[in-house]
Amino acid sequence: MIEVKNLCKSYGSKLAVDNISFTANESEILGFLGPNGAGKSTTMNILTGYLSSTSGQALINGIDILEDPVAAKKDIGYLPELPPLYLDMTVMEYLNFVYDLKKCKLPRRSHLAEICGLVKITDVSKRVIRNLSKGYKQRVGLAQALVGNPKVLILDEPTVGLDPKQIIEIRTLIKKLGKNHTVILSSHILSEVQAVCDRIVVIDKGKLVANDTTENLSHNLSADHKLTVQIEGPSKEVKTLLENIPDMVEVHINRQVDKTVTEYSLNAREGADVRREVFKRMAERSYPILLMRSSELTLEEIFLKLTTGDFYGNTENGGADK
Amino acid sequence: MIAIMKREFASYFTSPLGYVFLAVFYGFSGLFLWMLCFSTGSADMSGTFLWMFFIMMILIPVLTMRTMADDKRLKTDQLTLTSPISLFGLVTGKFLAAFFIFLIGVAVLLVYALFIAGAVSSTAAASGVESTFGWASVFGNLVGISLVGAVFISVGIFISSLTENQMIAAIGSIGANIVICLFDILANYVTIDWLQELILSLSVFYKYQEFTYGIFSLKNVVFFLSLVVVFNFLTMRVLERRRWS
Repeated sequence: MIEVKNLCKSYGSKLAVDNISFTANESEILGFLGPNGAGKSTTMNILTGYLSSTSGQALINGIDILEDPVAAKKDIGYLPELPPLYLDMTVMEYLNFVYDLKKCKLPRRSHLAEICGLVKITDVSKRVIRNLSKGYKQRVGLAQALVGNPKVLILDEPTVGLDPKQIIEIRTLIKKLGKNHTVILSSHILSEVQAVCDRIVVIDKGKLVANDTTENLSHNLSADHKLTVQIEGPSKEVKTLLENIPDMVEVHINRQVDKTVTEYSLNAREGADVRREVFKRMAERSYPILLMRSSELTLEEIFLKLTTGDFYGNTENGGADK
Repeated sequence: MIAIMKREFASYFTSPLGYVFLAVFYGFSGLFLWMLCFSTGSADMSGTFLWMFFIMMILIPVLTMRTMADDKRLKTDQLTLTSPISLFGLVTGKFLAAFFIFLIGVAVLLVYALFIAGAVSSTAAASGVESTFGWASVFGNLVGISLVGAVFISVGIFISSLTENQMIAAIGSIGANIVICLFDILANYVTIDWLQELILSLSVFYKYQEFTYGIFSLKNVVFFLSLVVVFNFLTMRVLERRRWS
């Protein structure tokens, strides 16, 4: 379990991490999202004791990383952005070194063999790390984090440099590990976070902007009362018709799909369901509805909204007033 | 600490560094032995030990230049510093690994000494005189050279922790060695008595010379050991400070 309380880190006058608090529970995979330079790696480095925070607390299974670093680090497996590999060693020598370094108590040979099997590096275990491809190096880095079976895994972009098949394998592995470990995973790939993580923490410019499950984030930010519709008919008239619906707050013409079809985004009063009313009014005038969907946001849109405040990513008044 | 030490020790032999160090060390010690003992017929090895001091000033920085700098450059410090080991264990492990390589170098001087002692005793036996080889002086010298080596290694590791660049670390350490060893030259130009005494009492070279004269003083041993402790401690401070910067 990881608890982060009011964590701050400043480099000189620049505040890299600004008052971040969150908790990652046992058997949970927490996704760490944010644009480049948001402070993801800095936060991870603080959690693992590589850097120290300027103020605030980071607890690993209840142990403060600053007060008792050696005890706290025993429970952590860390894969940094750049895997910390000694290039002059073979994979097996390296894992043996990490085994000794972490003062691991598990049976050496079977434990290391198991890890090699999990990340699929058994066939390169006798090769010198320098000569391995980027994907293999990344996997050796992940293997290193798993040595000693630590309760907490902190993975900084674990699938970077892997091919699509390996990415799926590693994701499956992380999901499996998440069942009995606390995992924090950072990524730029939003679909990865959506596929793997139970909960997402979004940080931007060092500040925490969201901390929720993927579904909740998507739901809260979009909800049913926001619709996107495509209707065939004169846009001015259709717009007036739509605006006359009782619960409607705002109708916005998104774009002209073709000569006769226009796309609108509808913003109704919160809690109101205007779909039937839209259908009835269009049916009266025989204006066919070609598409109607609730503007449930994809993770990409949520991300953009949270980090730039821009709902549709481009339009100025697309209803981003929530 | 032992894990770090084992890895560091092995790494000297997976790269040319360890071999180069030992080859140069053996080469120069052999050369000096030939020049100062064999060609003159002397059995006194003090000269050889004294000259090795100057070689070590330049050679040991090559041994230590990458200890900390490479860790920082390759980001492997993210592994060592996030592992459940103390900074003391990390620095001591690295120090001991380099020190053992250095001792493998120094061991050759013992071999030379055995060789000369054998030659001395056989000539002595042939001419019917008692053997006069000064083992006490040789052991004093061996202890002295090992202590000075330990000081140079801790200085080298300290300088290496300040940079990411091996070359800067090497050149910086050579510079530092020159300063801490030869600043007693200043004593010649200082006329104030107490200041002159202070400079001489802090001079590594001056104290090492006493060893080569065959003077074994516990005071000097303590002096060298405290220098080792001070520089290893400074290295730990540098690593600690990096976390807070």
